[in-house]
Amino acid sequence: MRELSLHLLDMLQNSREAGATDVIAEVIEDTRRDEMVLRVTDNGRGVPVEQLPHLFDPFYTTRNTRHVGLGLPLLKAAAERAGGTATVASAPGRTTVEARFVHSHLDRAPLGDVADTLLAMMLDDTAPRLRYRHVANGNRFEVDSAEIRRLLDGMPIRQTEAYAWLRSYLEEGIRTVRQGLAP
Amino acid sequence: MPKIGSLEELKALREKAAKDLQVRLSTGTRITVGLGTCGIAAGARETMRAIVQELNKRGIDATVNTVGCIGMCYNEPLVDIEQAGKPRVTYGKVTADRVPRIIEEHLINGRVVEEWVVGRLEVGGN
Repeated sequence: MRELSLHLLDMLQNSREAGATDVIAEVIEDTRRDEMVLRVTDNGRGVPVEQLPHLFDPFYTTRNTRHVGLGLPLLKAAAERAGGTATVASAPGRTTVEARFVHSHLDRAPLGDVADTLLAMMLDDTAPRLRYRHVANGNRFEVDSAEIRRLLDGMPIRQTEAYAWLRSYLEEGIRTVRQGLAP
Repeated sequence: MPKIGSLEELKALREKAAKDLQVRLSTGTRITVGLGTCGIAAGARETMRAIVQELNKRGIDATVNTVGCIGMCYNEPLVDIEQAGKPRVTYGKVTADRVPRIIEEHLINGRVVEEWVVGRLEVGGN
């Protein structure tokens, strides 16, 4: 994928497909430790223990209807290309997918449009609760879809004014928190 | 659109919108965008953004949902349009630039854009 925010979207969709009702997405950047971390934790049904070793294998298939895709192998390839790793820890009710990158690595894909990823997840009214946390050299930006919905009080997120406001709010929040990253 | 910075201002915006009379063309429409790995890689996130923006620009009320990979990966981004009483139409290779034409012809003019259709499900079919 051309930007890491698209991998984040893929991870969030996986959580949704696992039946999650509550998802936490984190982007953590630390230029002093030269690290970037993408992490998604959800309360979905998780990955059966026998499938865990095969998650990053693009050629792994099962005869069941359980969907196996290229998302995690692509994530792992993107992380390893940037000197990092991808891992999954899973139990029913709690699954964490994490990808770590060397922040300054020339082959680390850009973070890209995270606001667009978050909006894509929030647009669907049946989507799980999404909490996003962005930490950049200690500065934090957090947003909770439950709080957004509470404030909207029935107005759909796709409604013109709400959508424009939320896009602006997310873009501005992420841009501001990342300002501290400049060396 | 003035820049708004706080969540409290969102609340005020919502109250104002409730008071304004907004006439929206309701088409009883459900739009589904494929957002599996294949869809995302093909640009479906941008397609979804273009759909919402076009609907808002034209004042059309439709629900926008997402679905995972359905197996027709070579035709992603896939966009389904379902309207009451009509067959469900699946469009393929719907990059963001193709969205305005689909919204205008299918939703406003009631004409399916045949050249981009990759699937059709008759009402009451399986």
